[in-house]
Amino acid sequence: MRESKLWVYHIIAGAVILVLLGIHMFIMHLDAILYSLGIGSQNPIDSGVVFARSKELFFMITYIILLGTALYHGLYGFRNILMELTLAQKSEKIISGFLTFCGVLLFAYGTFAAVFVFMMK
Amino acid sequence: MKVERKHKKNNLGLAGWISGGRYGAERYAYTLHRITGLGILFYFLLHILVTSSRIWGQQAWEDSMAIFETPLFKFGEFLVFIAFAYHALNGVRLIITELGYGMGKPQRPVIPYKNAVRRQRPLLVVVMIIAVVIIVFGGLDFYFLGN
Repeated sequence: MRESKLWVYHIIAGAVILVLLGIHMFIMHLDAILYSLGIGSQNPIDSGVVFARSKELFFMITYIILLGTALYHGLYGFRNILMELTLAQKSEKIISGFLTFCGVLLFAYGTFAAVFVFMMK
Repeated sequence: MKVERKHKKNNLGLAGWISGGRYGAERYAYTLHRITGLGILFYFLLHILVTSSRIWGQQAWEDSMAIFETPLFKFGEFLVFIAFAYHALNGVRLIITELGYGMGKPQRPVIPYKNAVRRQRPLLVVVMIIAVVIIVFGGLDFYFLGN
């Protein structure tokens, strides 16, 4: 695929992550502030709260979107850094292949986990 | 089509990445953007594996969370939060400038003139102030209000 296209996807993914990770960070790390305003839960990583959240359709879908966009954004960014080393073309191909493989594998595993817990009784 | 490539040696090595040289604050913003990006990526890959432990049930989740309830991990998490706030806000600036906003129209470089980097510098200041505010709120939550 054209490099410029991948770069545009990187930027779009960044914008998507900004929204979803913003929500994620508010729920997870500004929880005490939100809770004092009457939003969210007292302990967002309490297992009961975590499992209740995982069974909501909104969170299941946004988890998968965030997982995919963040993996792409992160691994493509990492690849960008490595490409600046001006390695031999063969090494570059191996790096790209390896990072794509890792990304797809982690995406599959994370998606499986999100869907599995969503359907869990 | 095969692209012909010149392999120039990266003479400066790591210093070529980290040092700002004769460039300004944005160059250091760029260095920090990469360092925080790599840090977040490392955390994120582990985060996928750890949070996926919930497929083994509530007990497995509680066991894996118990590992991270030490002051060291809490501080590490706060570092990730700082990296997130910086990377997100600086990323907003990068998207805005990438799309060509906030830099003014192209001008003839007649002395005295301001180049595009300097014209967008207020943007850097604004996003950094917002990042600091978010980090302060995060720190309050991590160490004073949270559980």
